[in-house]
Amino acid sequence: MEANKTYPDPSAIREELVQKYPAKVAKKRTKSIIINDPEAVPEVQANVRTVPGIITQRGCSYAGCKGVVLGPTRDIVNITHGPIGCSFYSWLTRRNQTKPETDADANFITYCFSTDMQEENIVFGGEKKLKVAIQEAYDLFHPKSIAIFSTCPVGLIGDDVHAAAREMKEKLGDCNVFGFSCEGYRGVSQSAGHHIANNGVFKHMVGRNNEKKEGKFRLNLLGEYNIGGDAFEIERIFKKCGITLVSSFSGNSTVGQLENAHMADLNVIMCHRSINYMGEMMETKYGIPWMKINFVGAESSAKSLRRIAQYFGDEELKARVEEVIAEELPKVKAVIDEIRPRTEGKTAMLFVGGSRAHHYQDLFTELGMTTVAAGYEFAHRDDYEGREVLPGIKIDADSKNIEELKVEADPELYKPRKSEAELEALKAEGLEINGYEGMMKQMMKKSMVVDDISHYESEKLIEIYKPDIFCAGIKEKYVVQKMGVPLKQLHSYDYGGPYTGFEGAVNFYRDIDRMVNNPVWKLIKAPWETAAAEMDGALEATYTEA
Amino acid sequence: MKHAKTATQNACKLCNPLGACLAFRGIEKCVPFLHGSQGCATYIRRYLISHYKEPIDIASSNFNEETAVFGGSHNLKLGLKNVTQQYMPEVIGIATTCLSETIGDDVKGILREYMKESISRTGEPILIHASTPSYQGSHIDGFHAAVRAAVETLAEKGAPHNLVNLFPNMVSPADLRYLQEILDDFNLPSMILPDYSKTLDGGPWAEYHRIPPGGTPAAAIATSGSAIGSIEFGSTLEAAKSAAGWLESKFGVPRYHLPLPIGIRESDRFFGLLEAISQKPRPEKYDDERRRLVDAYSDGHKYVFDKTAIVYGEEDLVISMTAFLQEIGIRPVLCASGGKSGLMRKKLEALVPDLDGEGIKVRDGVDFADIEDEAALLRPDFLIGNSKGYTMSRKSGIPLIRIGFPIHDRFGGQRHHHLGYRGTLELFDRIVNTVIETRQDDSEIGYTYM
Repeated sequence: MEANKTYPDPSAIREELVQKYPAKVAKKRTKSIIINDPEAVPEVQANVRTVPGIITQRGCSYAGCKGVVLGPTRDIVNITHGPIGCSFYSWLTRRNQTKPETDADANFITYCFSTDMQEENIVFGGEKKLKVAIQEAYDLFHPKSIAIFSTCPVGLIGDDVHAAAREMKEKLGDCNVFGFSCEGYRGVSQSAGHHIANNGVFKHMVGRNNEKKEGKFRLNLLGEYNIGGDAFEIERIFKKCGITLVSSFSGNSTVGQLENAHMADLNVIMCHRSINYMGEMMETKYGIPWMKINFVGAESSAKSLRRIAQYFGDEELKARVEEVIAEELPKVKAVIDEIRPRTEGKTAMLFVGGSRAHHYQDLFTELGMTTVAAGYEFAHRDDYEGREVLPGIKIDADSKNIEELKVEADPELYKPRKSEAELEALKAEGLEINGYEGMMKQMMKKSMVVDDISHYESEKLIEIYKPDIFCAGIKEKYVVQKMGVPLKQLHSYDYGGPYTGFEGAVNFYRDIDRMVNNPVWKLIKAPWETAAAEMDGALEATYTEA
Repeated sequence: MKHAKTATQNACKLCNPLGACLAFRGIEKCVPFLHGSQGCATYIRRYLISHYKEPIDIASSNFNEETAVFGGSHNLKLGLKNVTQQYMPEVIGIATTCLSETIGDDVKGILREYMKESISRTGEPILIHASTPSYQGSHIDGFHAAVRAAVETLAEKGAPHNLVNLFPNMVSPADLRYLQEILDDFNLPSMILPDYSKTLDGGPWAEYHRIPPGGTPAAAIATSGSAIGSIEFGSTLEAAKSAAGWLESKFGVPRYHLPLPIGIRESDRFFGLLEAISQKPRPEKYDDERRRLVDAYSDGHKYVFDKTAIVYGEEDLVISMTAFLQEIGIRPVLCASGGKSGLMRKKLEALVPDLDGEGIKVRDGVDFADIEDEAALLRPDFLIGNSKGYTMSRKSGIPLIRIGFPIHDRFGGQRHHHLGYRGTLELFDRIVNTVIETRQDDSEIGYTYM
C-alpha cells in the first residue's frame, strides 16, 4: 500500500534532521536515521546512549525492571528502595490490568511501597530501613513474594539489596524475597531494566513449582503486559481454542503461575525486546522452544493462532483454530468495511516501544493506512533488522554492565519439547522457531527508520511528512497535537484498549477513525498551513481559532 | 491505630526535582534540565504532562555508570551545549537529582567553569541552578528552591519603581491568570514568578515553537530587586527558603507573607494588602465577585453546614483549604500532608486557633495508607485533594473532590481556580454539588429537586 502523498527525497530529510546538531552529535545521529530497504535491510545504530541534552523519550533501568516486567504481577509486593519519586512515578502509571479470581485473592497492584530514603539513609546507609520495610510489608499482607528495586543512590552508597533480601527471606520463611540492581543510571534505557528483570524472575521464580497443569496445549505468553486489558482478550481467544495458558510474563499473572512456567511446552513471545532473554534461558534450561507471535492486528492474530497450532501439530487444534478464526474474522471484516473508506490512503508514524512500533503497523495496514516512518525508543538492532544480526552486535560498556546469566540444561527438568528433527521439519514448513525477523523487512522501501528519536527530530519529521496520525506516548502527545496532528498513545492507549486479538482490533479501528476523521482538527491550523495561508489571503478567512 | 511505619505506602508527596521543573516551566524561554539519570526527566515529564496536558520538555545529563562514579561534569557541560544549540533558550534551569547530590557533584563550580569556557560564544543562556535532592523534603520544596534560585541569579538592585513581585506558590494556570488580572485591575505593574499560565495551558501553535510561548521573562525577574514589595503565598514557606525572603534580606524589598488566599477572610486579607500597596480601593468588579460569593455562601449553607471533610495535599494548600472549609461550616476532621515542614500545625492555628476544640486533627508526613486508616474511623462526608485519593474514595465510597496537583483522572485540572473570590466560589459550587449529588445518588426515591 502506497500513501497517496509525495515526499521529498529521504536522504535530504535525513540531512535536515541533523543539521542543527554539533558535528559530533550529527555524525552519531545519522547512524540512527536510516532509509529503509526491506530487501537489503541496512544497519541501524540502536541501543546506544542518548547524548546528554538531547531530549529523549527513553526511561531508565528501574522503569524497565519494576515498571514494565515486574509491575503487572498482582501478588508480589514491590518495594522501591530509594527516595520517594521513583515509586510514585511508577505507581499504576502503565495501566497494567489484573483480575484476581476471587475477592479474597491478593492484589497489590494498587499499592506503592517505598523506603522513602531520607538524607540520613544516604549518609549512613539504607539497608536497615529496607529490612524494616520488608518486615512491615510482610506483617501487613503475608505475600508470597516481595521484590526490592534499587534506585540511583542505592548502588552508590553501597546498600546490598541482595544480601538484605537473602536475610529477610530466611527470616520470614514462607516469603520469597529477592532484589534487583536496577539503578536508573545502569544501561542505555529501560531495556537494561528488562534484562535485569528477566534474570531475576528466571533465577528467583521460574522453576519453583513442578506441578503439571492440565491441558493438552500448554504455553506461556511472554512479553504481554495487559495494558488496557490486552491479555484478557488473548486469554479469551486461547480459551476458545482450547489452548492452556500456564503463565503470562507478566500481564494478569501471579507468583504461582510464574513459578510454574517451566512446565509449559511452548513460549510465545509478543514483545521480543523486553522478554527474549527469558525465552532463550527457558529453552536452554528446560528445552522449551520459543516462537515470535503477534496478537496486534486481526490478521496477525489469526496467523499467530495458526502458528501455535502448527507447532503443536495437532489436527484437532488446527481445526479448532480455523473455526475460531472463521467465527471471529467476519465481525472484524464488517467493521473494516465500514471504516476503511475513511482511512484508506492515510499515513501514520510510529515512534514507540521496543515492539509496538512494529506490531501496530499491522493494524494500520488493515485500515489501508501506510506507515511512512517508524522507530523504537529502546530496542536493539535485532528488533529492527532481525535476530540474524545478533552475532555481529558489538558489546559496549553499557551492555557489559548487565549480567548475562550462565544457564545450563537442568539435570532433571530439561526435556526438549521438540526433537532436532521435528524442529527442522517445522522450519521447513516455514515456522520460525527461536527467531524474529525484525521490523524493517515489513516496512516499505524508502520509509524512514529512526531509533531513539528526539523531540526535535520528531517535530521536524511531522513538519515534512504531515502524517495523519502519530503514534507515541504521553510525552509527545500534546506537542504533536499542537500542530494539528492527532497522537495515539501506544503506551497507555489514551486510556482505551484492549487492542489485541479480534475484539481489540475493532477497538483500535474505531479509535483511529475517531481520531483521524475528527472535526476538531479542522479548527487547528497546522504550522505548515499557516505558511500556505500567508501566501493566500483567502485561506486566512476560513481559519477559525480553537 | 497501627504502630509507626518505616516504609511509605502510597505516598502523598512527589519528589523535589519535579517541583523545580514545574517552576522553571514558568520562566520565559527556559528549558528545565535535570542533572542525573535520564529516567528522572522522563518520569517527571510524564507525570506533569498527565496533569497539564501540555508538552513539557526536560533535558537531562544522562548519567551512566561511569558518570555515577567519576562525576557528572562532562555530561552536564555537553548537555547544556546541546540544549543551547537545539532550543536556543534564554534560560536553562538546572535542578539536581538524588544521583548527582549523592555523588556530591559541585554543580555551582561546574557551571562557573562552563560559563568561563563559553564566554566567547554568543547567545549563551542564563543558567539558574537549584539544589533539589529527592531525599529531602518533597516537590513543593523543589518548587520554592527553583523560584528562589531564579531570583538569586537574576534580581538586580535598580532605581525603586512601582513594581510588585508576586510569588504565588504552586497554583494552577487558571489561578495565575486570575492573579494577573487582579494586579492589572489594581493598575499595579507586577512580576509573577513562576508564570506557567500559558506554557502549561496554551493554545494551538500557528508556528513551530521549540519552547512553548509564555512565562516570566528573565528581564522581568531582574527588576524584582527594585520592587516596592513582594507578596508571597504559603503559610509554611519560610523567609530563609523563599524568593521574597531573599529579596528582602538582599535588597530590602519588603516581604508580605500571606496564606494562599482561599475563602472570604483570606481573600479579603489579600485584597486588603493590594489596597494598601496600591493605595487604591478594591475595583468594583471584585466587590461584585465578593458579593456573589457571600450570596452563594448564604444560598448553599444548608447543604454544607455541619458536613465533615478530610483535606490532603501540600501543607500550604491544606492549611488554606481548612480555613475556608471552617468558614463555611464544614468541619475538616483531618488535615493531612505528605510534606513535613514541621510548621503545619502552628501555621494552621494562626488561622483556626482552637483546632482541638473544633475537632480538627492535623497530621504531617503521612501517606495514603495513614489517611485511609483515618478515613475508615472518621467517615467524613467527602475527601478533598488530588487524584491520588481515588483508590481510597472508591474503597470507602466517600466522594472525592479533586483540587491541586496531580489531577490525572479527570479533565481540566489545570483550569481549576482555587484562589480569591472567584476561586473560592468555584470550590464552593463544587463542594455543594458533591453534597447534593451524594444525597441524590443515595436517595431511594431519586429526587430531581434537591
